[in-house]
Amino acid sequence: MSTPRKLVEVRDLKMHFPIRGGLLRRIVGAVKAVDGVTFDILEGETLGLVGESGCGKSTCGRALLRLYEVSGGSILIEGADIAEASPEELRRMRPKMQMVFQDPQASLNPRMTVARIIGEPLLEHTSLSKAEREERVYELMDQVGLNRAFANRYPDAFSGGQRQRIGIARALALNPRFIVCDEPIAALDVSIQAQVVNLLEDLQDKLGLTYLFISHDLSMVRHIADRVAVMYLGKIVELAPREPLYSAPLHPYTQALLSAVPDPDPAIAARRQRTILTGDVPSPANPPKGCNFCTRCPQVMDICRSVDPEFREVAPGRFAACHLLDDTVSASGHGPGRGAQDQKTNQQGSMT
Amino acid sequence: MTEPVIHNPVGAAQAARLPEKARSQWRDVWDQFRTHKGALTGLGFFVFILLAVIVGPLLWDIDPKYIDIRARNSGPSLAHPFGTDQLGRDTLARMIAGGRTSVSVGLMAMALSLVLGTFIGVLAGYFRRLDGLFMRFTDLFLALPLLPLLLVIILLFRDALRSAFGPEAGIFILIVGVIGITSWMQTARIVRGDVLALKEREFVLAARSIGTPSRRMITRHILPNVMSPIMVSATLGIANAIITESALSFLGLGFPSDFPTWGRLLFDSTDYLQQYPERVMWPGLAISLTVLSVNYIGDGLRDALDPRIRGR
Repeated sequence: MSTPRKLVEVRDLKMHFPIRGGLLRRIVGAVKAVDGVTFDILEGETLGLVGESGCGKSTCGRALLRLYEVSGGSILIEGADIAEASPEELRRMRPKMQMVFQDPQASLNPRMTVARIIGEPLLEHTSLSKAEREERVYELMDQVGLNRAFANRYPDAFSGGQRQRIGIARALALNPRFIVCDEPIAALDVSIQAQVVNLLEDLQDKLGLTYLFISHDLSMVRHIADRVAVMYLGKIVELAPREPLYSAPLHPYTQALLSAVPDPDPAIAARRQRTILTGDVPSPANPPKGCNFCTRCPQVMDICRSVDPEFREVAPGRFAACHLLDDTVSASGHGPGRGAQDQKTNQQGSMT
Repeated sequence: MTEPVIHNPVGAAQAARLPEKARSQWRDVWDQFRTHKGALTGLGFFVFILLAVIVGPLLWDIDPKYIDIRARNSGPSLAHPFGTDQLGRDTLARMIAGGRTSVSVGLMAMALSLVLGTFIGVLAGYFRRLDGLFMRFTDLFLALPLLPLLLVIILLFRDALRSAFGPEAGIFILIVGVIGITSWMQTARIVRGDVLALKEREFVLAARSIGTPSRRMITRHILPNVMSPIMVSATLGIANAIITESALSFLGLGFPSDFPTWGRLLFDSTDYLQQYPERVMWPGLAISLTVLSVNYIGDGLRDALDPRIRGR
């Protein structure tokens, strides 16, 4: 396979929501939901975006499609900057990028029939006749495994999994290149989750789609993603191909997150030593000085409380933002030359 | 691209079924509406009232303004089924003529205030920049002392409208306008609140990610979902308009005193409440029953328009 093209390039994306206060509703601060995020998505791949609740995953995904007015940075999709586009340009770019939403109940208009919901993008962006549109809607319903007979029903007549299929059909209607899946399986039963994820994978194979798959389900991301980005408090702390990330996480937060995944084998689970983080996630309105993770990091150093670590390529294809991986710092300060593997065992030994 | 995908449990199991024929939404609405007994009775009564005021004068052809002083204050009889008033005018004829005015004032004023209120409410809720301006404007109207305002409006415009449209049509336009522009504020506030909540729902975000422009976003996604509060406002609005019109007529600001409306009849009759109590009953009953029937229709319509309730 030749070097795949970069479909999406995000550079230093910032999404700050103003906090207003006082009698005159002046801006007194900002919730830094996404605070300087940089990553690329290659054509045809699935980038998993994981992190705990409130870390800015969904905001990041929505900002990518400019459902919010971004506060800073640039988003290039096939070379065109979404963040700067005028409303008319943006409208023309919409067919290329679509979104599947988290809550299939809330993401479908309860007053529209399935056919109208799936047909809405066609109505907005194509000049198909009514019959052609109907034909395309049926085709899409076949593609996502919905019975054509249900075209004139309302969303409330469907189960969660079926609703999510409607949402996926709507996203596919315009043959997009790039789909943001914003926790598409979080609101579904486990058995239905597998169906929906398999459907997404099938569609990717057939249509050559590129996904940004936002989830907090690490096992599911491991299943579907080619590369994984881990977010903490508005920043990406680690970005790496799937296997290295799951087998040898570099960032202490990724290590802690992975150690929280339950193991189905009770014997292994009993022997496993988990990294348990203490304390809460700091408020994104008032993030700590230095590294965002310094208040909870088990391996925190002095420099972490004052200098924000740079997000850089620490090994080929692996990006991370941590002072522990900074050669100069680790050489001068704590335990010279600790590699990622040693670090993990050390840490697990010290945490019981 | 049409071959079925592998993971197709729903489609595979039921692929033999033919697509259901597209059903007209209004047929579904009517089917659901019919299951609401109260709404159906209300609709029946309202149609009866409408027929009575439209076709009634052809069947009961006594002139409501004809004074037969010898027959004054008579009780119900074959010649005058509802009796006569203190000047001997036939009460049934006056009820029919009054109903025509009252019902049309009610419907028109309701429509006007609904359009105004929905327009302001949707714009204020949807566009953040307009919110402050429009809502302060609404507050301003809520804070205006209504009666002095009405007095001023009527004094300023009565003669101009009268000369332009004739005495009765002129006053009609004036009354409808005055009631309409002084009663849209509640609707605007309720609609704005609902729109604010709807705007954050994911299906609106989804439509935005499709690239639906604001005007179609409002007509396709926002308005159908704020139908319920608008419906409730509408039914209450008719009642409110009929009663306000009565109050205006009573104060001498409305229609001329010899021009019958239900409100006028009611207020005229209060002077004779002790001698002839039945005379208050007819207009009172007509107002209450009309308002009640419209409320029931609104209730049934609200349920029928909601696909979540429909069919269960």
